[in-house]
Amino acid sequence: MRASLFITCYNDTLYPETGRAVVRLLERLGVEVEFHPQQTCCGQMHANTGFRGEAFSQAKRFVRLYQETETVVIPSSSCVAMIRDQYPGLFEELGNEELRRQYAALLPRVYELSEFLIDRLSVEDVGAYFPHRVVYHASCHGVRALHLGERPYRLLAKVRGLALATLENVDRCCGFGGTFSVKNAEVSSAMLAVKLQDVIATGAEYCTALDNSCLMHLGGAMHRQYAGMKTIHLAEILASTEDAPAEATL
Amino acid sequence: MNDVGSHAELDPRRALPFSKAVLPVLRNPQLRKNVAHAIDVIQAKRARLVAEKTDWQALRTAASAIRAHALENLGAYLEQFEERCTAAGGTVHWAADADEARRIILDLLRHEKASEVIKIKTMTSAEIQLNPFLEANGVSAFETDLAEIILQLGEQEPSHIVVPALHVNRSQVREIFARRMGLKNLSDDPKELTNAARTYLRQKFLSIPTAISGANFLIAETGSVAVVESEGNGRMCLTLPRTMITLAGIEKVLPRFQDLEVMLQLLARSATGERMNPYTSLWTGVTAGDGPQSFHVVLLDNGRSSILAKPKQRQTLKCIRCAACMNACPVYRQTGGHPYGSVYPGPIGAILTPQLMQMKFAQSLPYASSLCGACYEVCPVKINIPEVLLELRAQVVNQERRERDRFFDPMYVGLRIANLLFAKAWLFHAAQRLGRIGLGLFTRKDGWIHSLPSIGAKWTQTRDLRGLPDESFHEWWAKRGPQPDKEAK
Repeated sequence: MRASLFITCYNDTLYPETGRAVVRLLERLGVEVEFHPQQTCCGQMHANTGFRGEAFSQAKRFVRLYQETETVVIPSSSCVAMIRDQYPGLFEELGNEELRRQYAALLPRVYELSEFLIDRLSVEDVGAYFPHRVVYHASCHGVRALHLGERPYRLLAKVRGLALATLENVDRCCGFGGTFSVKNAEVSSAMLAVKLQDVIATGAEYCTALDNSCLMHLGGAMHRQYAGMKTIHLAEILASTEDAPAEATL
Repeated sequence: MNDVGSHAELDPRRALPFSKAVLPVLRNPQLRKNVAHAIDVIQAKRARLVAEKTDWQALRTAASAIRAHALENLGAYLEQFEERCTAAGGTVHWAADADEARRIILDLLRHEKASEVIKIKTMTSAEIQLNPFLEANGVSAFETDLAEIILQLGEQEPSHIVVPALHVNRSQVREIFARRMGLKNLSDDPKELTNAARTYLRQKFLSIPTAISGANFLIAETGSVAVVESEGNGRMCLTLPRTMITLAGIEKVLPRFQDLEVMLQLLARSATGERMNPYTSLWTGVTAGDGPQSFHVVLLDNGRSSILAKPKQRQTLKCIRCAACMNACPVYRQTGGHPYGSVYPGPIGAILTPQLMQMKFAQSLPYASSLCGACYEVCPVKINIPEVLLELRAQVVNQERRERDRFFDPMYVGLRIANLLFAKAWLFHAAQRLGRIGLGLFTRKDGWIHSLPSIGAKWTQTRDLRGLPDESFHEWWAKRGPQPDKEAK
C-alpha cells in the first residue's frame, strides 16, 4: 500500500519530528510512503480568518496536487476538517464544476493519521513502546469535526509501557483557535490557563494529541511556567520503540 | 462591590471591540467565578437530562426541520398567524425596525393611559431598548422575572439570555435588594431574598393593569402565543392585567400546534436542564372573563428579513433562545456576556448581533470564537454556528480589506504574504529559511523564543514558542529520498 504524506505547512516548518515519526511508523507497518514536494498549505488559516479567496487558491492547489494519489495521510485533524468541511462550500461558492468532481473523487482517500491506522490499515497495536505516563488532549476538530471517538485511545492502549492518565473536561477547547490566539490573545490565554490546570493535574510526563497546533499552545505555556510536562504528537509515541525512542524523550 | 458587571454597554453601535471589552472581566476574579460556577451547574444538569433521552438526536433533527420549514415559508405562516390571532380577538401590528416597535408600544400604552407597565422577561424588548425609551416617555416599566429584577434594581445589564443575572452571586443580590428595597436587615439566605422579591412583586402584580411579554413561539395554525418560564411571574402577568402587549421577532413562528411537542422537550432540557419547565403559558387572542381583555402582538423585523434573504446565514433565525450554546462555549465561560456588547451574547450573539446590525457594527464578534464547535454540538435546532461565523468573517474581511488603514495591519500583511508563499513551494521554502534566520535572532540558548515584537507579542505575552528547527521536514525528506535505506534509522 502507498500513502502520500501531507505534512501541513506548520508541521513542515515547526515540527518536522512529527513528519519523520509518521514516515517511520508507516514504513514499519509496510506502507510505502510518498511525499509530494510541491505541497504547501490546506488553506485553513486563511479560511478561518475570513480570507476566503486566498483559501480557495490553496484548496484548489491541494485538490489538483493530490488527484492522482492513492491515499493521503495527514497528521493534523484540523487540516483534515478543513478539507472535509470547508472545501465543499468554497468550491460551491466559486461554481467550479471540474474542481468539485476532482474533490469528490479525492475526498474518500484523505485520512487523518489515526483514521488511516484504524480504518484503512485495521491496526491498533503498531508495535510501539513508550514507557511514560501520558495524557491525551482530544482536540476540538478531532472530537467534533472528524468524530475520531475512541480511535486515539485504542492506539494508545496498545502502546507497551504507556500509562494513560484521565483528563477532566477532556473535550474542552485549549483556546488556540488559530489566529484567535493572537486576535483575542487574552481570552485565549484565559482558556489556556483553565485547560492547563486540568492537564497538569493528571501528573503526566507527556501531553499528546493529534494536532501540533494545540500542543504548540499547551507546550508554550508549559515551557513558560516550568510546568514539568512536555508535549509530543501521537505519531511520535506510536513511532517510538525500544531501539528508537521518540526524539522528544532524548 | 457594585462594580461587578454594572454599566456594561450593550448597544452594539457603541460597544468596544470584543478583544478590548473582555479586559475588565478577565481581571475580575469574582465575576469569572460566578459565571463559571453558574455555567458548570447548568451544563451538568443539561448533560444528565439529554443523556436520558434516547431519541435526542432525532428530536434535534425534527426541530431543525420544523424551524427551517417555518423560515422558508415565513411570509405565509406570519399571515396565517395574523389571521387566526385577529379572528380570536387579538390585534397584530407589524414593526419594520426598533423605532417603529417602540412607537407602536408607546401608543398602545398611551391609549390605555398607562404610566406603569409590568414585564415578563423578553430579550426582544432589550434588543429594541424598550425600557429606557418608555422611561423617557413617562412610563415606568417593572421587570417581574427575578433575575431581571436584580438587574433592574442593581442598574446592571443582562449577561445571559436565560439566566440574565448569572454573573451576580447572592451576597451581591442581598446588597442590591437591601439598598433598593430599604431592607437593612436582609440576609443572603435564598429564602429571605426570594421573599423580599415576592413582596415587591405582589404589589406590582396587584396594582398595574398593563403587561408586556415576549414570545417563545407563535403558532400559525391557531394564532396562539407561547411563553415558557420558571417562576410564575409570567402566569401572573397573563392573568391579572387588563391589557397584554406581546413583542415577538418575526422568526418565532411555528407552523402547527403539535410542533410544540418537539420544541418544548428540547427547550427545557437545553435551557435550564429540566425535563419540563415549570410554567408553559399558551393563549389565543382574548377570552371573555379570563385574562387580559385587550391583546396586541407586535411583530418585529429589525433586520431579520435581511438575514432570511441570505441562504447560508438564514439558519441563525432557527434559534429558540435556549442559551445551550453559551453554556457550552469555552469563550463565554471566561468572559460572561457583557463583552459581547449586545443583549444576545455567546456564540448565537456572535452571529446574530452583527447580522441584526447589517454588518455595520459588531464586526469583532465573529472572531470571538476559537471555532471549537461545542455550540453546534449542543444546539437543539442544529444551527451550524461555526459555519455562520466563518461566513461572517469572510464578509468582515471583504469590508476591511478595502480600508486604507488595514493595508499595513500586521495580520493583513502577514496573511497576504502567506498566500503568495503558499502558491509556490519554492517560495514557501525560501520563506522558511528566512524565518529560521529571523526567528533565530529571538531564540534563546534553550532553543525557545520568550518574546517577540509586533503581533508575535500577542503570542509571547503568555506563551513561549519553540524556535524553528534547523531542518524542515521537506529538507529531511529531500536528503533521505522516498526509498528508505533499511539499515538506517
